Amino acid sequence: MTATIETRTVAPPVTTVRFHQVGKTFGQSTKAVVALDQVDLAVGPGEFVCLVGASGCGKTTLLNLVAGLDQPTSGRIELNSSRPAVVFQEAALMPWLTAAGNVELPLRMAGVGKAARRATAAELLELVRLAGLGDKRPHELSGGMRQRVALARALASTTDHTGAGAGKPSLLLMDEPFSALDAITRDVLQGELLRIWRATGTAILFVTHDVREAVRLGQRVVLLSSRPGRVVREWNVDGLTDGAEAAAVDEVNAALRTVISSHAA
Amino acid sequence: MPPEATRVHPVDDRDAGSVEAGLDALDTPVTAYRESPVRRIAARALPPIGAIAVFVLIWQVLWAAAFWPEFKLPAPVAVWDQIWQLVVSGEILELFWTSVHRAVIGFAISLLIAVPLGLAIANITVVRRGVGPLVSGLQSLPSVAWVPAAILWFGLNDRAIYWVVLLGAVPSIANGLVSGLDQVPPILPRVGQALGAGRWSGIRYILLPAALPGFLGGLKQGWAFSWRSLMAAELIATSPDLGEGLGQYLHNGMSLSDISMVFAGILLIFVVGVGIELLVFRPLENSVLRARGLTQGVR
Repeated sequence: MTATIETRTVAPPVTTVRFHQVGKTFGQSTKAVVALDQVDLAVGPGEFVCLVGASGCGKTTLLNLVAGLDQPTSGRIELNSSRPAVVFQEAALMPWLTAAGNVELPLRMAGVGKAARRATAAELLELVRLAGLGDKRPHELSGGMRQRVALARALASTTDHTGAGAGKPSLLLMDEPFSALDAITRDVLQGELLRIWRATGTAILFVTHDVREAVRLGQRVVLLSSRPGRVVREWNVDGLTDGAEAAAVDEVNAALRTVISSHAA
Repeated sequence: MPPEATRVHPVDDRDAGSVEAGLDALDTPVTAYRESPVRRIAARALPPIGAIAVFVLIWQVLWAAAFWPEFKLPAPVAVWDQIWQLVVSGEILELFWTSVHRAVIGFAISLLIAVPLGLAIANITVVRRGVGPLVSGLQSLPSVAWVPAAILWFGLNDRAIYWVVLLGAVPSIANGLVSGLDQVPPILPRVGQALGAGRWSGIRYILLPAALPGFLGGLKQGWAFSWRSLMAAELIATSPDLGEGLGQYLHNGMSLSDISMVFAGILLIFVVGVGIELLVFRPLENSVLRARGLTQGVR
């Protein structure tokens, strides 16, 4: 191996989210499935971290734990942000609401007034380059556009400054958000995500099974093993250019292959 | 701000924007061509009008051939005369008012009972297991079966009639709501939770609107059940105190052995049932389906 990529194990001192020996088991006794085992992970404010791993590595479980959709069996998660925004693999827009209505939904549920809701929704739709399309219904939009509405909606759910997390750094959780899109749309949306990340300064925890995507987007790439999901290694891939980026992709891919082949027996 | 985002991106920002705009333009689904309203209405109204014309023609022919005696099969004109007489005397308004206002009030009370019941069945496992089969069973029990009990309990009055209507409509509406809620894609409540929905705001903003198409189906069936239960109740429970509704009118026709009056009664009951469906439920359903892009269901 000739690649000169430093591996980082020391977490930054201030964190948006930190896992302390987190474990998650589904089911009981003999039929129990260990999804996550002793996971230590930290994401700093404004940091872009990608999680990669094969099927069954508990990537989605891990995001659900951060989002509060599920509770860890052991260990604890220290969350130092406003409510994490979540973008799922499917856009899952509410089909009875317009694009703007979807973006306004989290604000409506948080009790934000109509005028403020409108303004925020228009702002966020502009951020994802959908200004003027607010009154379209989900079925009138393409897959890529729907996913951008979903992103705007997720951002709206963290920009609520009324709750306990007011003023703290925000966190965006993304669960393979581009994997259902065609190649060119995915490519463009990856660029868009980086632009939005820079514009908003939000921390991002991004789950994917695409190593190339992880290396292109993330500052750090974390590899999880499968069943049980453990942190195997992490790479600092911030600011890599063409040659170094390709080398990093190869190295992470090789590590991922090793993890997968260990399941062959 | 992200610390020192120094990544070199192969495509510059403005370029990415125009590629994206191009993709948006190409990928946006094309909205289907819509014909003119006159043609659309004509295309929808003509087939049933034609069917009715054919039906009346066959009736006229059968009557003219005198297969059955006059007291069994009246002439279409005789039935029309009965209805016209009701219209001219203004009696038709009283018949309609008595029956329709009962049906509407009964339907409204059913709605108030069925919605909480449906929500409880759909969301609480114990209630679903305990009460769910009971409600489904009640749906298949003809509510006319309750008429004797209702008369014994309440006497010959409006309360007996409402009781029968309620038992006809509540199970249908509740079951419609339950199946509507069961068919909500599980991702939607999950997304709602991730967006910060609590228990009640989740029901109000996510579950109920998502269940609306199925619920509307239940409402439609509930209306049909409440209308037919009402007619059965009016037909069986006749008393001067009750006022004269369509069921009572039909009953009077039978008592007078006046077949043209009986036919007129059946026709009027049919017209009200179909009319409410066409004027209230069909447009409601169509607008809900169209807003969600489910246009193949739009009639």
